[in-house]
Amino acid sequence: MSELTSLTLKAALDGLAAKSFSSVELTQAHIEAVEAARALNAYVLETPEKALEMAKASDARRAAGSVRPLEGAPLGIKDLFCTEGVRSTAGSKIIGDFKPAYESTVTSNLWRDGAVMLGKLNMDEFAMGSSNETSAWGPVVNPWRTTGGNAQLTPGGSSGGSASAVAAELCLGATATDTGGSIRQPASFTGTVGIKPTYGRCSRWGIVAFASSLDQAGPMARSVEDTAILLSSMAGHDPKDSTSLPVETPDFASFVGKSVKGLRIGVPKEYRVDGMPAEIDALWEQGIAWLKDAGCEIVEVSLPHTKYALPAYYIVAPAEASSNLARYDGMRYGLRVDGANLTETYERSRAAGFGAEVKRRIMIGTYVLSAGYYDAYYLKALKVRRRIADDFDQAFEKVDALLTPTAPSAAFQLGDKSDDPVAMYLNDIFTVTVNLAGLPGMSVPAGLDASGLPLGLQLIGRALDEGTLFSLGGALEKAANFRAKPQKWW
Amino acid sequence: MTIDAATVRKVARLARIAQPEETVEQLARELSGIMDWIEQLSEVDTDGVEPMTSAVHVPMPMRDDVVTEGGDPEVVLSNSPKRAGAFFVVPKVVE
Repeated sequence: MSELTSLTLKAALDGLAAKSFSSVELTQAHIEAVEAARALNAYVLETPEKALEMAKASDARRAAGSVRPLEGAPLGIKDLFCTEGVRSTAGSKIIGDFKPAYESTVTSNLWRDGAVMLGKLNMDEFAMGSSNETSAWGPVVNPWRTTGGNAQLTPGGSSGGSASAVAAELCLGATATDTGGSIRQPASFTGTVGIKPTYGRCSRWGIVAFASSLDQAGPMARSVEDTAILLSSMAGHDPKDSTSLPVETPDFASFVGKSVKGLRIGVPKEYRVDGMPAEIDALWEQGIAWLKDAGCEIVEVSLPHTKYALPAYYIVAPAEASSNLARYDGMRYGLRVDGANLTETYERSRAAGFGAEVKRRIMIGTYVLSAGYYDAYYLKALKVRRRIADDFDQAFEKVDALLTPTAPSAAFQLGDKSDDPVAMYLNDIFTVTVNLAGLPGMSVPAGLDASGLPLGLQLIGRALDEGTLFSLGGALEKAANFRAKPQKWW
Repeated sequence: MTIDAATVRKVARLARIAQPEETVEQLARELSGIMDWIEQLSEVDTDGVEPMTSAVHVPMPMRDDVVTEGGDPEVVLSNSPKRAGAFFVVPKVVE
């Protein structure tokens, strides 16, 4: 039944509704696909028994006439989401065998709506990375390879497991999170769709914190409509997260397929960066042409502080991370390495439990927050952040959405950038601005480069205007008609 | 170099991360590389700009200040590295 795994989420839900197959059959097909794809290292924990149990319960509900929006759909869950009684590690050794006694709000919403959990997906440690190489579980491998090549490529990060699992058809969709581009860059690298909603759309409760003013959950899937269906379930105000917005969640899928005629699309000139491959520039031009053909009006806009977004991010995010990660002290849960006294126990536990990139970021964060440097670095970065958000506010006076490339390159080889932190950080050059401003951003697969690797285009919207992004994403998807799939080698 | 070995040792201490002496110079170079790149922020004119401390412009939602859950020490202790009865066992804090 391997063809069951090739369905979109929407087609699978329709098939379940038509009783063409059961959730148990659909889930079993996915369990087998997951087992056969361990070479990708996408799942850090497979939960086949739980999946079948949930699928059986779903089939029973359907038989009893009670059908929920995601009834019977098997999904993968990024390991940053706490899942009750199921090991949740955030890709780190310091959390060890942590089995949460509670369920994150986002995953609770998915189960409330009838979805089935296949397992937990690999990721960069604490979501800090752009290639999945910082995971304590080893890197995820991208199912895509260059035409005729066999080098192992990164699926991007930090949601690399989610991206790889969706692209390799190891789930119908996956949860992911995005602090600086961690949904959109992996989506671009794997030919999948990913959306980071407006900050506050989804509750952060039960998601292991990285940088709380930037972190946001979102879905990854194989069509724009699928991500819309998933986001409608994931989103919603949660009294347990005071930053989750007390607003209604629209039926996002209803926006897919709507006409985009007359919408004004901004093209920010500052996103034409030096050294960007000509193919990405050409794809961007193609995207502009597609939206023009669909009736959009194209407007050049300026976001003058774009180049300062990444350096500002690398103060704000590590500062928040150094504070958030102070909780990993080996006392109440996770790894403890005993020392001669309390301080030494803290120091040894944290030295043994955190990987190199996480330590670097904690060190940067501690440094910029330390006495004498706070104003020069942290406060300065918050002011630059304001200027970046103001740039967007001004642009959105003239346009309804922005179109940019998602990432400055296609997927690169594992190991290529792991020695140079700043080169790795530059992966997020087009995505990080959106996190700083709290806006929604979506990556849609738009084409293949000359070596046969997928490339994505990014749409950026006004706060809480995901609906327009789903309409535009649907229009881009239709025009691009992206049908390529990775050749199965695993 | 923005960050020297002495600063690395001080910050590592503040962050409670044991840093083996043989790794300090290398880490100082890496962190300096990152901070040198961050230095470009000084080009931005931020005079009179209010720092952005929140990603959204809406007032915080209020809720009643009532206890909604709790009173379950077994759940709280379920992942503890060391425990005794209903308590966490931690290294001695006061000599």
